[in-house]
Amino acid sequence: MNTVLLDPSAELGSSEREPLSAPDSLDGLTIALLDISKTKGDVLLDRIDVHFTERGLKTLRFKKPTFTRPAPLDLLQEIAQRCDVVVEGLAD
Amino acid sequence: MILPDGLIAVVKRDCPTCVLVEPVLQAIENANHPLTVYAQDDANFPAVKQCIDDIDLEVSFHLKVETVPTLIRVAGGREQARVVGWERGEWRALTGIDDLGENLPAYRPGCGSRSVEPGIAEQLAIRYGDFHVASRRIDVPPLEDDIEYCFERGWSDGLPLVPPTEVRVYRMLQGTHRAPAEVLGEVPPNLVPLTIEKVAINAVMAGCKPEYLPVVIATVEAALEPAFCLHGLLATTWFCGPMVVVNGPVREAIGMNWQGNVLGQGNRANATIGRALQLIVRNVGGGRPQEADQSTFGSPGKLTFCFAEDEDTPWQTLGEDGGFDRDQSTVTLFTADGVQGVVDQKSREPGALIDSIAASLRTVDHINMANAADAVVVIGPEHGRVFDEALWSKAKTTAALHERLQIPGQDLAMGTDKSPAALPVAASGALVPKFRAGGLQLIRAGGKAGLFSAIIPGWLMKGPLGSDPVTKEIHA
Repeated sequence: MNTVLLDPSAELGSSEREPLSAPDSLDGLTIALLDISKTKGDVLLDRIDVHFTERGLKTLRFKKPTFTRPAPLDLLQEIAQRCDVVVEGLAD
Repeated sequence: MILPDGLIAVVKRDCPTCVLVEPVLQAIENANHPLTVYAQDDANFPAVKQCIDDIDLEVSFHLKVETVPTLIRVAGGREQARVVGWERGEWRALTGIDDLGENLPAYRPGCGSRSVEPGIAEQLAIRYGDFHVASRRIDVPPLEDDIEYCFERGWSDGLPLVPPTEVRVYRMLQGTHRAPAEVLGEVPPNLVPLTIEKVAINAVMAGCKPEYLPVVIATVEAALEPAFCLHGLLATTWFCGPMVVVNGPVREAIGMNWQGNVLGQGNRANATIGRALQLIVRNVGGGRPQEADQSTFGSPGKLTFCFAEDEDTPWQTLGEDGGFDRDQSTVTLFTADGVQGVVDQKSREPGALIDSIAASLRTVDHINMANAADAVVVIGPEHGRVFDEALWSKAKTTAALHERLQIPGQDLAMGTDKSPAALPVAASGALVPKFRAGGLQLIRAGGKAGLFSAIIPGWLMKGPLGSDPVTKEIHA
């Protein structure tokens, strides 16, 4: 008789998540620049902000309270409501 | 199951008492009493009309037979009375046949039922009982080594696992009163709901005994408290992982170690409880090294890091610090890097020993870093004796360490590229605390010989923006 094992893994959780497709163009979209509170993340995002703004794109700035935890729900909802794409600063 | 009315006997040929009562069963039948006999090992024994094969033990299991022969009187489909073994008076009373077994000895004890033999009982409970687990059953292909198979599935932390068979998981779940389907919370990083069942499966793989399961459950509950911030802890580039400290009567009950080699190998409970937590992070949460776990170095403690506190000292215990009594068992979780030894074989009074330990604590994270990670200091028995003989409590000792760990601002610049952040402090000449208030935790443990203590620094991200220690009571 074969040995039968019980699966110790999540199994019910999705192991893969389908990413949203990237937009063809950023024209007319609102871009969230999300600082996750890692040191110097703001420096990176400041530079990106300049480049986007020079191209006439609209940006909004957001910040997570700490990089150690997932973003609070209200922050996620605000970004989802006000923006079309997100750039996160994962720098350290 | 619906029982046939009349008398039911459960027997096995392997039992001399069952063989002894064969003529008695025939006599019952001859007296026109409805009799159904279930045979556990030989469908042709005994020689009666209604002898039913119960070699698969389903009826024996449902009747909860522990001894053969067992004789049961049934009316209206319900059991009215039972006797076990051979006791002439009892059999006569149950059957109402006054001359039953006249030629037999008055009494013979029965034998153990096959249904309660070790290894069989668990299989019957799984097959016929109310053992319901939702986890997927995975068939290990024939001729495949089951331990190697666990490696190939990606379940292992690098060391061999105990394959989580149904029988082992069933036994593990006997260690708790809680239902397998109960959800304890969501395990990061994938935020997957964690059931008691998945805890039990991973505890089996870690090598836990069923009596450790309540400790593992409390450990997981503590780890999933938002204050502990397991998500950030498992993902960080820093060295740390969770460290479990156990207090209270459960330490002795399950044979944990708080003495020699307390932070090392060799004790099953210490080794496997900490490992179970990390396997849950890996297998349920999906936190794997070089994936979500981005630790630069990690540490050996990320395989397992669990020990018990020595409570045979004058100091308040860690459990008491958490507001529990000594007769309550608790787990407390810290974030922890590796172990840094402190040797002082000369100080014979507490002030000097504080100087030594404080000097060593200065190096946590960086010697010129203030507001560093929290740290646990495990005070060994020989160092502890210095404090105890001077009647220094834990609170007094901790306060003395904090007092000794005020760093002059001018010492705070790191490296050659003097940190601009430190300059205003340096200029002010202020003293800056090395550790935040509450950031030093003293624990008593270790072997009798050695004038040593052990510093265990935690995660750089402490407090509300990172992790705080969490204490949970252990319930059966």
